[in-house]
Amino acid sequence: MTIQFLFTGLTTGAIYALIAIGFCVVHNATGIVNFAQVDFVTLGGMLLYTFLHQAGLPLWLDFPLAVTGVAVIGGVLERLTLRPARSNQVLILIFITIGASIFLRGGMEHVWGRSSLAVRPISGGGPLEILGAAVMPQSLWVMALTGLCVAALTWYFRRTRPGKAMRAVADNPKAASLVGIDVAWMKTLAFAISGGVGALAGMLIVPITTLAYDVGVMIGLKGFAAAVLGGYGNFLGAILGGLTLGVVESLGAGLISSTYKDVIAFVILLLVLFLRPSGLLGTGAGERV
Amino acid sequence: MGRHWPWRLGLGVLTAVVAGLPLVVTNPYYVNILCIIGLNSMIVIGLNLLVGYTGQISLGHAAFYSLGAYLSGLLTGSFGFPPWPTILLAMALTGLVAFLIGVPTLKLAGNYLVMATLGFNLIVNIVIVQWDDLTGGPSGFPGIPTLTLGGFAFDSDLRWYFLIWFFTLAGLVLALNLVDSRVGRALRAIHGSPVAAATLGVNVARFKAAVFVLSALYASLAGSLYAHYLSFISPKTFDVFFSVELVTMVIIGGMGSVWGSLMGAIILTPLPQVLAFFDEWKEVIYGGLLVIILIFSPQGLFILLSQGLRPRRKEAGRA
Repeated sequence: MTIQFLFTGLTTGAIYALIAIGFCVVHNATGIVNFAQVDFVTLGGMLLYTFLHQAGLPLWLDFPLAVTGVAVIGGVLERLTLRPARSNQVLILIFITIGASIFLRGGMEHVWGRSSLAVRPISGGGPLEILGAAVMPQSLWVMALTGLCVAALTWYFRRTRPGKAMRAVADNPKAASLVGIDVAWMKTLAFAISGGVGALAGMLIVPITTLAYDVGVMIGLKGFAAAVLGGYGNFLGAILGGLTLGVVESLGAGLISSTYKDVIAFVILLLVLFLRPSGLLGTGAGERV
Repeated sequence: MGRHWPWRLGLGVLTAVVAGLPLVVTNPYYVNILCIIGLNSMIVIGLNLLVGYTGQISLGHAAFYSLGAYLSGLLTGSFGFPPWPTILLAMALTGLVAFLIGVPTLKLAGNYLVMATLGFNLIVNIVIVQWDDLTGGPSGFPGIPTLTLGGFAFDSDLRWYFLIWFFTLAGLVLALNLVDSRVGRALRAIHGSPVAAATLGVNVARFKAAVFVLSALYASLAGSLYAHYLSFISPKTFDVFFSVELVTMVIIGGMGSVWGSLMGAIILTPLPQVLAFFDEWKEVIYGGLLVIILIFSPQGLFILLSQGLRPRRKEAGRA
């Protein structure tokens, strides 16, 4: 039984990890929490639904199309709302993303309606038996594609010029701009990447949950909790935080109480903030004044 | 008189408006909206002390509001507690909870309070929804007794209007005095530079926690009054989105401005009703407006307006 919960936990954990990475990428480039991240997740699921079930495009095309679509929306969002902002106060900027989030959610409600939609899993067929646990093929897809995405992002941030430039901006924006890096463009790019990553998370999870205009809110906020758990802004921490959160949540729901399943993630969030605010892998983020 | 005259004048005008408004507004529906504006103003005035003087935002004030409402509602409705002392009890318990959350998180640099209060709000809301044999769950908790004073029962919207606004004005006066006091100066010093304030002997962590607790007390009182006024409470009223709305009122009104708080609540409370006219575009317009105001007028509408009205002069003297 425990193995079963472990698999379920790792599946949702991988999704939390992806969303947490999205939060981190934006945080590192801009220093703010982007609450529109939760809607990038929903948007990914919605675009997949439209491409796959309404337009009838093949799956191998839907994924890159939806990722690109949400990435563009993310970038445009940054360009239209945060760049022209006349304040550099973190509070104001965070609230701009909250306003954008309300706007996006309202827009999705308008385009796709209020009722729940169903999206078919990537591959059909019944559950596979692994170590005595029944595992849906979609779970394996979630883990495989999350792994692939993490590998691609790692390569991007370690090996490519724009990736290295983004790390430089995260480290010290002023110094980065002095060596000729276009900091404003890097911020837009960060939003695009977080949009793409959020969209992937959404596309992977909606066949397991159902799809509605606000599906991303709860999953997204848990991804946020995962980012804090890992040490906000830390890439590896986000992955570890996501997987830990998914497994603890699944074990807690299975072995203790499924009624309070949704509480577990946020209780962990509070405990981390109280006991170890720098998170599992964070360094200086939780400095005391 | 002296430097206090602008806000004493403002308070006089406001009291007159509050007292006179029921002569013009007689429709119970509008009186009800005025009551809700009063309650929201109360929460926002408290919340703005936190935002304006610690530079931190809380996404959990709907939870403090719900603690006041549910403690008052459940204890008087199900367990026969006397209403007035229960309001104080609810405030004490809510304040204690705020203290427990605030002390560890407010010591940290950065916006850890946002995360902690957001998580707290989600937890409280889920517990209210799930613990349905006590709270009535998602369908709500009915049958909360109204308040009485001597033999006088607050049993109409109009009577509640005066009671609620009495507390709101009291809260406003308290906030204005606090801002003008030694404590207020200490808080402003903290906002300017925590390190500088600490070297001048201000206990930064204690002041921050105190103002956070105070803001939670405002919310708790408003919640208790809400429960007794409507006699029915449900978890939907107190979700995270309402916390977001409260902070929006603070920001739109003007961070750090007591009067701005009032303005934020007056503008934003009826906005959903007004936008209901646009039906399904409501959220899009709300979100869009919020973004546009924050981009172009981040200092808030009250400050924007008062600067617009004031004769132009050089801003050089301002620190």
